[in-house]
Amino acid sequence: MRRRLLPWRLLVVLGLIALSVLVVFPVRGRIRLGLDLRGGSHILLECVDTPEAPVDEDAVRRVVEIIRNRIDQLGVAEPVIARQGERRVLVQLPGVTDPQRAVEIIGKTALLEFKDERGETVLTGAHLKNAQVQFDRLGRPVVAISFDSEGAKLFAQATTANVGKPLGIYLDGKLISNPVVQEPILGGEAQITGRFTLEEAQNLAILLRAGALPVKVEVIENRSVEPTLGRDSVNAGLRAAVIGVILVLAFMVLYYGSFGLLADLALLCFILFFFAIFIGLRATLTLPGIAGFVLTVGMAVDANVLIFERIKEEYRSGKTWRASIDAGFQKAFRTILDANITTLIAAVLLFSLGSGPIKGFGVTLSLGILCSMFTGVWVSRVFVDLFADRLKMRV
Amino acid sequence: MEFIRATYINFMGVRKAAYVVSLVLVALSLGSVALRGLNYGVDFAGGTLLQFRFSREVATEEIRGVLGSMNLEKSIIQRFSPTEVVIRTPKLSQEDQKRILSLLKEKFGSAELVRVEDVGPAVGADLRRMGIVALLVAIGGILVYVAFRFEFRPAVTSVLALAHDGLTVIGVVSLLQKEFTIPILAAVLTILGYSINDSIVVMDRIRENLVGRKKGEELEDIVNRSVSETLSRTINTSLTTALPVLALYFFGGKMLQDFALAILVGLVVGTYSSIFVVSALWVDWEKRSPRRR
Repeated sequence: MRRRLLPWRLLVVLGLIALSVLVVFPVRGRIRLGLDLRGGSHILLECVDTPEAPVDEDAVRRVVEIIRNRIDQLGVAEPVIARQGERRVLVQLPGVTDPQRAVEIIGKTALLEFKDERGETVLTGAHLKNAQVQFDRLGRPVVAISFDSEGAKLFAQATTANVGKPLGIYLDGKLISNPVVQEPILGGEAQITGRFTLEEAQNLAILLRAGALPVKVEVIENRSVEPTLGRDSVNAGLRAAVIGVILVLAFMVLYYGSFGLLADLALLCFILFFFAIFIGLRATLTLPGIAGFVLTVGMAVDANVLIFERIKEEYRSGKTWRASIDAGFQKAFRTILDANITTLIAAVLLFSLGSGPIKGFGVTLSLGILCSMFTGVWVSRVFVDLFADRLKMRV
Repeated sequence: MEFIRATYINFMGVRKAAYVVSLVLVALSLGSVALRGLNYGVDFAGGTLLQFRFSREVATEEIRGVLGSMNLEKSIIQRFSPTEVVIRTPKLSQEDQKRILSLLKEKFGSAELVRVEDVGPAVGADLRRMGIVALLVAIGGILVYVAFRFEFRPAVTSVLALAHDGLTVIGVVSLLQKEFTIPILAAVLTILGYSINDSIVVMDRIRENLVGRKKGEELEDIVNRSVSETLSRTINTSLTTALPVLALYFFGGKMLQDFALAILVGLVVGTYSSIFVVSALWVDWEKRSPRRR
């Protein structure tokens, strides 16, 4: 029965190979890389209570919205901004080269205040309409701001009342500029000149445009990797993977002869199928994920080792080749299943270890185990049946 | 090529020695964890890790000098590559991180921040808790599966050996004072799941051989025969898994080196315990309180 179906089984294997090749090649750009490999920032923020601004549902929702606004203005491709739990916000910024700047822009409250000489707040950034970087006559960067109609009214009142006196401009309670009012400003427009560098001015403009956060946020986790460092990791991981695969291929041939060659064919199928499914699932490859893949390469041939050793034993006990092969596959299967299930239990638990790159390890390990059961048992069997009469194994 | 022929080796004869070895391993591991402790990385302990890249070779002492001006001279400073340095400090504010970068730029002309791992104490504590839960659930889950699949006693001795394997990996990490990070925890979990495989192979064979037990054959003989018969697959499965991990250790870059080391230690200990400890414990248990079959 099994042998009569052999042409069909072979067809299935060839079909899967063809399909996988279509999915996997050309490799460039097909595999989604995690932030630790392509570079970028993973930032976890938490909204914290202050006496002035306790955190509530509405505040957290506005925090998410305002941070989204700020990031849009940073010009990051494919950012992730997601609420996590009650008070946390996860921000992922792929490809960011200056993580410090990103954190600075995301985590700042950015409350703009104008205070008179007595220290009383006369106007806040809540009434801003726009903020833009401009240059003064000396070419220094300044931030030009314009108020909405109510803000313009308040600003006119404040400047009228304070002619000849300083009107302090504070950002998050820190004085950034302390100009003296020359004359009442009635048009609702002003400039902040704070001895900024160009980048500082740009950051401030972004913050003011996107608005102040309604509550204080703290950066409780920041994992950032610069893109070239990520590239180094990819190269090192790739090198280790290639060398690892070659070592396993060589070992199997040296130890199991032509049977080993068939196990190697199955291993190559494993690698191909693995990446086809990986890409199909739109999974993300991380550095620990590469480690997980390398590990499963070694585990994938375990099924073949168990089967081949069993075949040897059966043959030694006096069975024919064909009968030994049948018995070998059949009797080893239960052991292979058990062994893989226990490893899978551990792999699934890895998912619980945070949202970071280690999840990628759980993904590749789980996928590798499932995929290798198929290639190690079913695909190998097709190859072995195909060449059963010409095979030799020292027993 | 063939290393191992299915001969009869008297493994049970050396089981007292194996117990001593295993007890020493467990005692050393527990002792090291108790006395030297685990060198938790920022993942679990919280804190800030900064990796800087310079345009020239930089000595760690020069870095320490710079950090001294911020009262951070006690930080851990490690060379990542000739031109790259990793600094680990207690959790730093954004302003302090920025200040370090500008101080380094001042001193060395150019400095680039290429990696940040900044974890708050609450996140670290969460991860520690989740890590312990994951380890316990893994052991419990495997015990339940194996008990359901085998009988109770082989399941218990297999899982005992498993805990011994995991503990030894943690012990080696503590002894070498390698950073205990999430990838290391992942390695321990993986070893728990993987190292029981060899025990399953051996216990399966023992059960098979018990069915065809010859008259007068001692339990020790059956176990010796079973372990001997399965020896080549026990060793070969571990070897094929170790080969790519060795490649990872030598060629996979610095970030995966400790992970690879932990897996390698686990593979060696796991293979040893599957051969020498699991079935030996079972034999002693059966002899002390035999059950009718």
